[in-house]
Amino acid sequence: MIKVENVSKTFYAPHEVHALQNVSCQVDKGEVVVIIGPSGSGKSTLLRCLNRLEHADSGHIYIDGIDILDRKTNINTVRAEVGMVFQSFNLFPHKTVFENVTLAQQVVRKRGRAEAEKKAMTLLEKVGIPDKAGVYPDQLSGGQQQRVAIARALAMDPKVMLFDEPTSALDPEMIGEVLDVMKALAKEGMTMVVVTHEMGFAREVADRVIFMDDGTIVEVGTPEHFFKNPTHKRTQLFLNQIL
Amino acid sequence: MAQATKQLSRRSYFFWATVFFLGIFSLMALLYFATRKVDYVWRWYRVPQYFYYKDKVEVRSQIEGQVEKIVAGQKANVVVVTGPDGSEEYQIPGKDIRVGEGDYIYPGDILGVHQKWKVGILLQGLWLTLKVSLISIIFGILIGLIVGLARISANPALKWSAITYIELIRGSPLLVQIFIWYFVLGTVINTLLAKNGMAQLPPLWFGVASLAVFAGAYVAEIVRAGIQSIHRGQMEAARSLGMTYPQAMRHVILPQAFRRILPPLAGQFISLIKDSSLLGIIAIRELTKATREVVTTSLQPFELWFVCALLYLVLTFGLSMFVQYLERRTVVS
Ligand SMILES: Nc1ncnc2c1ncn2[C@@H]1O[C@H](COP(=O)(O)OP(=O)(O)O)[C@@H](O)[C@H]1O
Ligand SMILES: [Mg+2]
Repeated sequence: MIKVENVSKTFYAPHEVHALQNVSCQVDKGEVVVIIGPSGSGKSTLLRCLNRLEHADSGHIYIDGIDILDRKTNINTVRAEVGMVFQSFNLFPHKTVFENVTLAQQVVRKRGRAEAEKKAMTLLEKVGIPDKAGVYPDQLSGGQQQRVAIARALAMDPKVMLFDEPTSALDPEMIGEVLDVMKALAKEGMTMVVVTHEMGFAREVADRVIFMDDGTIVEVGTPEHFFKNPTHKRTQLFLNQIL
Repeated sequence: MAQATKQLSRRSYFFWATVFFLGIFSLMALLYFATRKVDYVWRWYRVPQYFYYKDKVEVRSQIEGQVEKIVAGQKANVVVVTGPDGSEEYQIPGKDIRVGEGDYIYPGDILGVHQKWKVGILLQGLWLTLKVSLISIIFGILIGLIVGLARISANPALKWSAITYIELIRGSPLLVQIFIWYFVLGTVINTLLAKNGMAQLPPLWFGVASLAVFAGAYVAEIVRAGIQSIHRGQMEAARSLGMTYPQAMRHVILPQAFRRILPPLAGQFISLIKDSSLLGIIAIRELTKATREVVTTSLQPFELWFVCALLYLVLTFGLSMFVQYLERRTVVS
């Protein structure tokens, strides 16, 4: 489903940072992969390279067989198949919850109004807030906003969902409701790549865990492997810190 | 919000309010007595005629012949003149008919006189100012939007063109720009048109062009700042859903930027209305030019210049009310 080959990415401003160095990995269809690692290790950069919000400097990235770094690829059609959920929700504040979920369906998928609205309602029910449809995002709690953001991404019928620390900006009591939605999604067989510090979620849902540090993938394995006997010193250090 | 000003007690509030009104009143009184000292006679009653006035209309016969009959019609009296070359009917509202049945009439003879309300020169000037400002504002918005988007484009040709335009326009006086539009570009364009046997463009076009292009540069900077004030997560969210850059701009960024842009935009357009007073120098008879003309004929400059200023105030105040209304509407939605 996703194949990353020798991807590197360097930022030059404000100062030179090798955010990704020769990273290779793979995500199969229906798999849930959790990426963990210390802050600044390149997790977000890797995730953002997957839908070309960041343009990798070198290497290849294939989404469903399409080379997204190829200049001939229409990135917009690829992005429509790849849902993304951000740490800071990024809902459209000038649109109601309902409009947030219907907008891209109509603009990108060219669905009719009735079809888009039906889909939106189904998804809002799925994430548990159908009663907030007419409300503006700033009237919702963080947890509710993030669930709307998930519904917004799902409305495009994506083949893959990317989550960049979806619960890091939330008050502790709201983390559960968002994780529950994600777990349900995983059960349905959605292919997911999740950057998170929620080790409980990783243990319960992940098929594989990737540990990143300093722009490289240090270790890949099953959750049991990670939480019982991680191979690398750096992995052990990191896990000791956060567990 | 923190109250910056100290709360006054009720009594001292009324005291200072009284001071304010007394101040205004004495200033006006001072001006009045000063003008009396230089023997100026205020004649406010002469002002209304420059807004609306009654004009005498003389109805004259076009043909030679005899007044056949005079009948009272629905709205006016009808005088029928019949001669060797045929018959004509003339409408004369009111009672002032200067001929009787059977009179023999020659072409040019007055059949009757009536009065008609006509729009005075000041009102015409006000209308022209309004028209010029409105058209310039519309084009200014269009130019500003396009240039503002070009200004933040990654394409160097677009970006540098936008910067060049903005800096050139903002770096030179509007008066000079009006001269360039009228005396340089206007001459070139009209000469080229004449060479190809086409009609000339009136000064109004060059006036509107200069104002629109001038405002466009400022609007572009306002648009750029407005767009850049929207968090970049908004663009990323829109693009991650598969929207193209123009789609994201149209549905996500610009509607949000619009709210932040409105107040500075209103300020810009209020300046534009005031700047339109410069167009008099290229023979466009807008409000200021109209006032100048009336002053030379009426010899009541004091009243007229105050009226002129007041009329601008009405326009600019109307505009800011309209923008406030827009702001309230967009905040609710
Ligand atoms: N847009 C950017 N410009 C410059 N440097 C960046 C940018 N994005 C990320 N970086 C840098 O790249 C490194 C990796 O960042 P990131 O991928 O966000 O890490 P993580 O998500 O693991 O915390 C960091 O050192 C960060 O400062
Ligand atoms: Mg991150």
